[in-house]
Amino acid sequence: MLLDKDRIFTNLYGHHDWSLEGAKKRGAWNSTKELMQFGPEWICDQVKDSGLRGRGGAGFPTGLKWTFMPKEVKERPHYLVVNADESEPGTCKDRDIMRHDPHLLIEGCLIASFAMRAHTCYIYLRGEYIFERERLQQAVNEAYEAGLIGKNASGSGWDFDIHIHHGAGAYICGEETALLESLEGKKGQPRLKPPFPANAGLYGCPTTVNNVESIAVAPTILRRGAGWFKKFGRENNAGTKVFAISGHVNRPCNVEEEMSIPLRTLLETHCGGVRGGWENLKAVIPGGSSVPMIPKDICDDVLMDFDALREVQSGLGTAAVIVMDQSTDVIRAIARLAYFYKHESCGQCTPCREGTGWMWRVLTRMVEGQADASEIDMLLDVSHQIEGHTICALGDAAAWPVQGLIRHFRSEIEERITSYRIGRPHVQGSNITAAE
Amino acid sequence: MSNIRRFDMDAGGSSFSFKQETEAKIAFWLSKYPNERKRSAVIPMLWLAQKDNGGWLSEPAMREVADRLEMAYIRVYEVATFYTMFRMQPVGEFHVQVCGTTPCMLRGSDDLIKVCKSKIGDKGSVGANGKLSWEEVECLGACVNAPMAQINDYYFEDLDETSMAKLLDDFVAGKDPQPGTRIDRQTSAPEGGMTTLLDESLYDGSLARQLTSIPGAPSSVVESAEPDVAVKETASSPKLENNASADKTETEVPKKTENAGKPTLEDTDRPLFLDKPEGEADDLKQVSGIGPKIEATLNELGVFHFSQIADWSKANIEWVNGYLSFKGRVERENWIPQARLLSVGGETEFSRRQSKVSEKGE
Repeated sequence: MLLDKDRIFTNLYGHHDWSLEGAKKRGAWNSTKELMQFGPEWICDQVKDSGLRGRGGAGFPTGLKWTFMPKEVKERPHYLVVNADESEPGTCKDRDIMRHDPHLLIEGCLIASFAMRAHTCYIYLRGEYIFERERLQQAVNEAYEAGLIGKNASGSGWDFDIHIHHGAGAYICGEETALLESLEGKKGQPRLKPPFPANAGLYGCPTTVNNVESIAVAPTILRRGAGWFKKFGRENNAGTKVFAISGHVNRPCNVEEEMSIPLRTLLETHCGGVRGGWENLKAVIPGGSSVPMIPKDICDDVLMDFDALREVQSGLGTAAVIVMDQSTDVIRAIARLAYFYKHESCGQCTPCREGTGWMWRVLTRMVEGQADASEIDMLLDVSHQIEGHTICALGDAAAWPVQGLIRHFRSEIEERITSYRIGRPHVQGSNITAAE
Repeated sequence: MSNIRRFDMDAGGSSFSFKQETEAKIAFWLSKYPNERKRSAVIPMLWLAQKDNGGWLSEPAMREVADRLEMAYIRVYEVATFYTMFRMQPVGEFHVQVCGTTPCMLRGSDDLIKVCKSKIGDKGSVGANGKLSWEEVECLGACVNAPMAQINDYYFEDLDETSMAKLLDDFVAGKDPQPGTRIDRQTSAPEGGMTTLLDESLYDGSLARQLTSIPGAPSSVVESAEPDVAVKETASSPKLENNASADKTETEVPKKTENAGKPTLEDTDRPLFLDKPEGEADDLKQVSGIGPKIEATLNELGVFHFSQIADWSKANIEWVNGYLSFKGRVERENWIPQARLLSVGGETEFSRRQSKVSEKGE
């Protein structure tokens, strides 16, 4: 269990002053100039040593990502782009950072930009976060007025500008290259990689895209030391993490905890446990809608980190835990997610554009039981046809929840089909075509 | 995106102009991007245009944005129709967006939709004398405050049928209700009270004191790195309650630290172990409380059969609890009675469900 003194986001719930004065009192902007004095390489090394892995879902080592930027600025400027397009169902952690601890993010932007030799940073917020955008803009204004950013930011000799940008309701813009397209004023359709953004990103210039939480924890890591951060969580899964727990727990909440905390401990300590008791648990989606669900017996002792969840064929993703108790119609829950992916597919790659809609239509029939048992395997097969055959990971993200459902709850789909057929002798499997 | 979204040419009229007070905002947005990249401002500009046009985008409004950004009209249409926050049809004075994605669905967004249907009408229609309209939208990113809705600019959270109905009534009555949660909680903290961030020393200014040294600073790298590593080795394994990792190094830790008071593999209380299973190993996961990880650990300790667990003495149980840092899980989860039943070929409710899943699983 993480102690309060080891939490980074000390105003996670906005119960204290979010503004510059309050943030400084809680330690933000403390010795920023001194942290920058050892140069960009030192910052990258510290972040690498801390074991911080990207908090946006993929878990790529943050410090390593920073070193991919060219070592010298040539004719093209460098950019840092912060991905605040938080739209993964279940996830609402960055929102709290932006509205309640915005100065940690702004300070992180300065440090990360300096480490990557960028003079300009764009923060791309999802369009719906209007309150968060207003709040963050106020905080940026405060930082400018105080000389913390702008010309000679914090007295470091580094000129640094932050601009806030926003989207307009497209989940796909959370994908880094789609985000860059959107920031350039286009439809948010992902780019083929390579070239990777570190080579040719925003406006064709070297760019790094990082999640809000990854950036916002950086200053505290430097202030307290890589060793401090690394001592939380298991090897290779270091640090503290903001978990968002929604669904069928008694008290859903966001909470910062240490990595590798057992799922059950997380739910029982902070959320009042599963509604109706632990035995009433049916399944959990442990890392935002894109990762496969895990049934109760796995939940019993699984740890919340990248490696442990991968071992059980799921993932930590954004650490957004969606809890489902025994009353849940899991087929409907996944069918609703399938609708989400159908709605959010950008339409660029055929497997995703056609496949997400197809999976949603089949799942919608399966919710009623109006399907043929053989269609379960067909659905699984189609999900594998989508997975890995698209430019970006949205195809995978749409396929995994469906695969998780079939892996763990196939019997429930079969029972639904059987009970639909009871009393309907005229229903013939051959009359139901899967595709429309 | 996949839904066809058509312009409403009739309602849009033939002209559009930004409001006077919007001009400063436009200038602010344009100042953010390199001059030759002003197209970057298209989304913020369309958003401002939508605001000035009563909450939706008419075709003349899109053309105005295109002209200002020197973009081809089709490029602006393309953007406007791609992003769902741009609405192509007129909406009510207060536009309600109910989140219907799974986290909200699990906590009752169906009820909110029912209220909208009864008070406003079908999806997409404008009701209550032009005051209200509604739509179901995809995840709005406030999942721990589900179910929720965005009304015009702000989020209204932790709603239910009653509070949603009241909210809509208040808007129609011109009452301007406060955004935020509708239950007893501090934003995203647990209802009823926070479980963390209660330590007052976080807020007394002590964290703002100038740092005396920077950890890992080039000159002090050698001294500061060492103790950190030491802390990691001794503190990390006992720290995690229920750390049932099958990791070799972790299970070896007790051997090294004999003084720690933890049971060791040499203890006489260690349960009877086998080098390999007698015949086929039992599926220990049929015991509620044992997952794949614990099963692997038990196998490593030479426990393969229900009958072995069934025979554990009290001392054995204590050894297992201690060795695996379980804090009494074996008793709490009734491993022994379950194992006794399973060892003689019986089944528990849990194991019945289990075998159903594994037989029919992938």
